[in-house]
Amino acid sequence: MDGLAGRKPAVVWALNISVVALVALWLFPTLGLLVSSFRTGDQITASGWWSSFMPAEQTIQLRVADPDDARIDLGNGRFMVEGNIFEGEAFEGELRSWGTSSRDLGAFQPGDVNDLGDGETLTVQADGAYVWEGNDEQISGRAQRVFLDVTTPPDFTLNNYSFVLFDENNSEGMAKAFLNTLTVVIPATIIPILIAAFAAYALAWMDFPGRALLIAIIVGLLVVPLQLALIPLLSLHNAIGIGKGYLGTWLAHTGFGLPLAIYLLRNYMVGLPRDIIENAKVDGATDFQIFTKIILPLSFPALASFAIFQFLWTWNDLLVALVFLIDASGETTVMTKQIVELLGTRGGDWEILATSAFVSIAVPLGVFFAMQKYLVRGLLAGSVK
Amino acid sequence: MNPALQGLITIIIGVGGCVGYFYGANLFLDKVLLKPTGPNAGRNINRANMIRPWVFLMPALLALGLYLAYPVFATLRLSFLERLPGNEYAFVGLENYTKMFAEPKFIEAMRNNVLWLVVVPAAATAFGLLAAQLTDRLKWGNIAKSIVFMPMAISFVGAAVIFKLVYEARPEDVAQIGILNHLYLTFGGDGPVQWLQVPFWNNFFLMAVLIWIQTGFAMVILSAALRGIPEETIEAAVIDGANPFQIFFRIKVPQIMSTIVVVWTTITIATLKVFDIVFAMTNGQWETQVLANYMYDKLFRANDWGMGSASAMIIMLMVTPILVWNVYNARKEMQ
Repeated sequence: MDGLAGRKPAVVWALNISVVALVALWLFPTLGLLVSSFRTGDQITASGWWSSFMPAEQTIQLRVADPDDARIDLGNGRFMVEGNIFEGEAFEGELRSWGTSSRDLGAFQPGDVNDLGDGETLTVQADGAYVWEGNDEQISGRAQRVFLDVTTPPDFTLNNYSFVLFDENNSEGMAKAFLNTLTVVIPATIIPILIAAFAAYALAWMDFPGRALLIAIIVGLLVVPLQLALIPLLSLHNAIGIGKGYLGTWLAHTGFGLPLAIYLLRNYMVGLPRDIIENAKVDGATDFQIFTKIILPLSFPALASFAIFQFLWTWNDLLVALVFLIDASGETTVMTKQIVELLGTRGGDWEILATSAFVSIAVPLGVFFAMQKYLVRGLLAGSVK
Repeated sequence: MNPALQGLITIIIGVGGCVGYFYGANLFLDKVLLKPTGPNAGRNINRANMIRPWVFLMPALLALGLYLAYPVFATLRLSFLERLPGNEYAFVGLENYTKMFAEPKFIEAMRNNVLWLVVVPAAATAFGLLAAQLTDRLKWGNIAKSIVFMPMAISFVGAAVIFKLVYEARPEDVAQIGILNHLYLTFGGDGPVQWLQVPFWNNFFLMAVLIWIQTGFAMVILSAALRGIPEETIEAAVIDGANPFQIFFRIKVPQIMSTIVVVWTTITIATLKVFDIVFAMTNGQWETQVLANYMYDKLFRANDWGMGSASAMIIMLMVTPILVWNVYNARKEMQ
């Protein structure tokens, strides 16, 4: 199609490359955060996340074993300490060079003999095995310090996740916020669907005066910014005693989600075949029966689309939670709010920030990839008319 | 009580209540109020059918009226009032508005909002159209589409964290961990830049976040529209010797113009309400204030309900043309 049937390979290449560039541009920011959430804080500050797949070069400082405990008498006033420099260290990697002076860190290759003067010598092998030899005075007191220039293979950890989600001493953890978000989201998704489905049926298949006007009003309400609702509704909630809390948040999410729900569902229901509904009426079915037995099952795709929208919207919401839910005690904080807090207090601790953000992003992403079909269908029903 | 338990109970009460209401009201209508039997059976059936739509609509209308329609008027009223100590209000006319327009921070928010409104819908629609056209005939086009579409599922706050890492700047002598500064230095930049603290241009770095999120939406809808173009129009153009660019701009784009307008206005509305991104990334510092965040500042930090409501009304005013246009189109369609 497109008259490009006989396209030149060069054009095909150019097309592929530009799409790869586009995809990279869209994927890399998220990927950066995901990769960072599996690195330690030290790794994150030491190098960019894009280099985490390569072996990292770093200099570490270790000591040999304590000579007063570990030295072996060789006779003739000579003593030595033997062992592995990496003992007790969780180290995997390769020793590139080493040294004993802070002014010349990588002076020696593995296997070289470092003459420390007056017959004192130190040798470190590639696998970390060392021999430190000298007289009584040299091989005593403080253990010899060694600087090691090592490359470590890519190393990722799950510790950030266990700290953010399961550490009980972590007062900034996401576990509670995760549960709170879930508590907000589930009722706020289910209740509007039910209310909207009945209203959409009435607007699609029942004849009554004022129907066209109502539909127009709902289309108008679709774009009313919820910013307008904050103060009047908060005053209202306070006046009737709900105050700040889950109930008010559920009601608010229901109200704000309804126009889209009714609009989407009505558009879908209008398209259902008229014959089915009229046949059912002729057979004596009431409107209520038609709705529950015919319309609801047939409208499943539209219901699913809206459910995904409402789920994403309530899960990702910050403003409604800030205004209607989170009180001074902070007991009811949600994940989005928790992340904003962390941005303020832990601005530089990327391992905590990245992990916390990913905990909150993971669920909607999962829903997104599992239900993409319905999401696309809903978007198309809502926009292309 | 445990919130999770409370949530569960609310779901049961809420859902049960809804079902109970619809079922009960319907039953009441048929069995008690207007029985379809006896001497007035015909009249009763007709009357019941007149009432039933309203039974079905009632909860939705109540919720819509209370949570969306009423606040518009309440906010309008509040914008003319000043809150006095002791929960009293005084009518101050347009004073809230005049005070607001005299504030440099508000003018800055207006300027930035206009900037957002010009750049974000245009860029997101253009990128979306480009992505839709490029991926349409690729073998792995669907995977590419999924990835461009993915940010749709990510919260504004999550995206703010993602892009803070992209924009992160470290002192010159240590390794850069933000990819933007890394690239900037690799390609000959002078030194690391705090991208979010460069007045005026930082607005564009914030806008990039919203463009990144909204492009997928534009792409999905425009891609469906592109597929709906009749094949013959394109074939005719090919036979007449049009090149791919001419086909795209002269044949395809004009045919999907109405969809482009819908996408554009939808993104415009999303842009007008943008709050989370600015709130989480700069909180309006370094001249990045926008109306929604300005309003939040006034309402909940300065506790000035009058000016807060006035700025909310400005947002409403900016949405109104789109509202009217949408309603007009919806009515036209139904006739």
